Amino acid sequence: TAITGGGLLLSFYMPAFGKNSGIPAATDFVPNAFIRIGTDDMVTVIINHSEMGQGSYTSLSQLVADELDADWSKIKVEFAPVDAVYNHPAFGMMGTGGSTSTWVEWDRFRKAGATGRYMLVEAAAQTWNVDASTCKTEKGFVIHTTTGKKLSYGQLVDKAAMIKAPENVKMKDAKDYNFIGKPVKRIDTPEKTNGTAVFGLDINVPGMLTALIARPPVFGGKVKSFNADKAKAIPGVKAVVEISRGIAVVANGFWPAKLGRDALEVIWDEGALSALNSIEQGKQYEELAKQPGAIAKNEGDVNAAKEKAAKKLEVVYDLPYLSHSPMEPLNCVADVKADSCEIWVGTQFQTMDLMASSRITGLKPGQIKLHTTLLGGGFGRRAVIDSHFVSEAVEVSKKLMAPVKVVWTREDDIKGGYYRPRAHHKISAGLDASGKPIYWQHNIVCQSFVKGTPLEAMMIQNGVDGAAVEGVANLPYTVPNLQVAWNMAPGGVPTLWWRSVGSSHTGFVVEGFIDELAKAAGKDPYEYRLMLMSKHPRHKKVLETVAEKAGWKKPVLPGRGRGIAVVESHGSVVAQVAEVSITKNNTLKVHKIVCAIDCGPIVNPDTIKAQMEGCIVFGLTAALYGEITFENGKVKQSNFNNYKMLRMNEMPQVEVHIMDSTEKMGGVGEPGVPPVAPAVMNALFMLTGKRVRSLPLRPDDLKKKV
Amino acid sequence: MINLKVNGKAYEVDVDPSTPILWVLRDNLGLMGTKFGCGAAQCGACIVHLNGDGIRSCVSPVSRAAGKEIITIEGLDKKLHEPLEKAWIQEDVPQCGYCQSGQIMAAAILLRDKPNPTDLDIDDAMTGNICRCGTYPRIRKAIHVAAKLKMQK
Repeated sequence: TAITGGGLLLSFYMPAFGKNSGIPAATDFVPNAFIRIGTDDMVTVIINHSEMGQGSYTSLSQLVADELDADWSKIKVEFAPVDAVYNHPAFGMMGTGGSTSTWVEWDRFRKAGATGRYMLVEAAAQTWNVDASTCKTEKGFVIHTTTGKKLSYGQLVDKAAMIKAPENVKMKDAKDYNFIGKPVKRIDTPEKTNGTAVFGLDINVPGMLTALIARPPVFGGKVKSFNADKAKAIPGVKAVVEISRGIAVVANGFWPAKLGRDALEVIWDEGALSALNSIEQGKQYEELAKQPGAIAKNEGDVNAAKEKAAKKLEVVYDLPYLSHSPMEPLNCVADVKADSCEIWVGTQFQTMDLMASSRITGLKPGQIKLHTTLLGGGFGRRAVIDSHFVSEAVEVSKKLMAPVKVVWTREDDIKGGYYRPRAHHKISAGLDASGKPIYWQHNIVCQSFVKGTPLEAMMIQNGVDGAAVEGVANLPYTVPNLQVAWNMAPGGVPTLWWRSVGSSHTGFVVEGFIDELAKAAGKDPYEYRLMLMSKHPRHKKVLETVAEKAGWKKPVLPGRGRGIAVVESHGSVVAQVAEVSITKNNTLKVHKIVCAIDCGPIVNPDTIKAQMEGCIVFGLTAALYGEITFENGKVKQSNFNNYKMLRMNEMPQVEVHIMDSTEKMGGVGEPGVPPVAPAVMNALFMLTGKRVRSLPLRPDDLKKKV
Repeated sequence: MINLKVNGKAYEVDVDPSTPILWVLRDNLGLMGTKFGCGAAQCGACIVHLNGDGIRSCVSPVSRAAGKEIITIEGLDKKLHEPLEKAWIQEDVPQCGYCQSGQIMAAAILLRDKPNPTDLDIDDAMTGNICRCGTYPRIRKAIHVAAKLKMQK
């Protein structure tokens, strides 16, 4: 299907997209639509990657606008409907994640713009009866170079619609870019400063009811019985219905729904996890780490190398479950009717959500319309493989045959699972007499969130979940004998990708442990890393840049510690230097983070900078405060008072340096997260002489080693 | 029935008096600019002005507003709002944008009371507002910019 209405429809062809539906006919191509130009000169860019703060609306528009030679002030954006033409080119479905939005659309969106420009030029040339080669484009106009005649894109829409789209179109040389590579202002800032930006929670549909859901207090629990009398007695409560994930209390607004849910009486069958306890779980993981596990990497002969080591280290690292906690609590509006269903939601996984809604309603996918709103933060939490937060709303709406908005409270969110998996790492390494590592044996224990899902086949290879071992299996340091293994921890607690996924724990462990090896070798941690990075010149360059910018070779201020880390994730390499001190009140003060990133060619330097700032806050928050723990099967944390967030007064100074690079373009939304925690904890080590191997930071970690 | 004045307009609402102001604004009056973040006065996404004071509307019962004037992001005085909007755009502050109504409502009170705030003033005034995207350094910069813009007027 193509997008229609309001002027010129620009279509172009993508290989491998099934049957085509029209303009012009070519059997093995399907028209694709990312641009709409109106007679009012407005250029609407149809965006297929959810805007959750990472800047997809702006960066993807830059790609189109540049090749189209558009007037930036005439660009507006619209989110795409669910349709195969908008599928993520690598995921094969509509979705946003993995820090892919810009690089994965680099060719397609530029081609969309260039195709549009070609058709507009042809249309103008025909109008003037001149050769297209004598025309140029500039800021939304086609100009005839010899006569100076000009027509705006809006004036050309009818004619351009008749032009056959070219199969191959010439794209600009990088030197001619007007928007790409420039710090273009975000397109969505005005609406985000006056309260008019529409998030999922802001959707209002006539006749809409609000539902809160009582979910089992222990993961895997079920409703045994419930009594809705007291809930129904609350004025405004309209219905109490059981759905697959709990009991929905439906009312004419949030507050009566909340009071109704508070009054609801439910007896739960807590199920198999009712005795889950974080301390016991830690011991269980420690035992699991002694098992050989599934081998992710085996180079050389670790056991033989153990005989030859002059010095050996063996340590364990333990990292907790973490909640994403986007600022906008999860929510979804669904309006199920006999022969249609409409859904409004801030989601990262449109296609999967639509398919799940189809299964629940029995409607065909074509009968379901899913509108993607702005997302008040995502960080992976809105890319759910089981579509649970959409399914809940669809189920409730189907039961009531009325539009329903399901709202999660902050407590529902923090207690609601889909956490970054807890991770236990057991590592041993040996150094030769010169201090170089001759073996590295690494055993990771964590859950898999793709096991048993449709993504298993893609993400679990040879028994190893790639998301569990990324960052270690591709260790950037030269170690001749390397063994990396994974033991899958038992399931039950729902887990998920959390901004930077596996690298969120492996980055901390690898960059902490390499510091430990440097210390054991009596070497400077920066020099030690460089020495072992000969096979990774890209890492080396980024590390050298951050060290130079942070003044690594100059002495640090008295009372301060300085730490360094470098991690590759999502196709980019990020290095950071942290400067910290311990306050009189025995708290950690992070003064400054200097950050260098190589993400390949740059689309918007200010977006990259903003993402690095955001990643640093996200990673630092987790390092200082983040942990979800269990007692008797129940999550102990509930809101921002006990699942704390970094705040303005704790914000370090951040300096970002973007490398001039010709590497393949990578992501920027996540790769700034992994280096923060190790850089900060390595800096703390300089002050205390004690290694922090478990996060979040504890008061005892700040005391000097005695 | 509770009589309310919101952004200069009079309303009569029929809700339980314990209903937080936030939900009256959003569910009864359709003013969606004020956001729900925590429901526990922890994050500041719901800040509105009640007779000129910044309050957490998620924990303030609507009975507290009877006979008083509520100002939300939709009705913020232009003299305060415009310099903040301009500065927020200039510094490209928002990412997801969800917390920004609350940030701007908090910043507006800061600039009204301290036209030329120091970094410490900004810490004091803004530490109650959580931004999960980490726009803190830009908010700080933008407040300084807005202070200058406001003084130029």
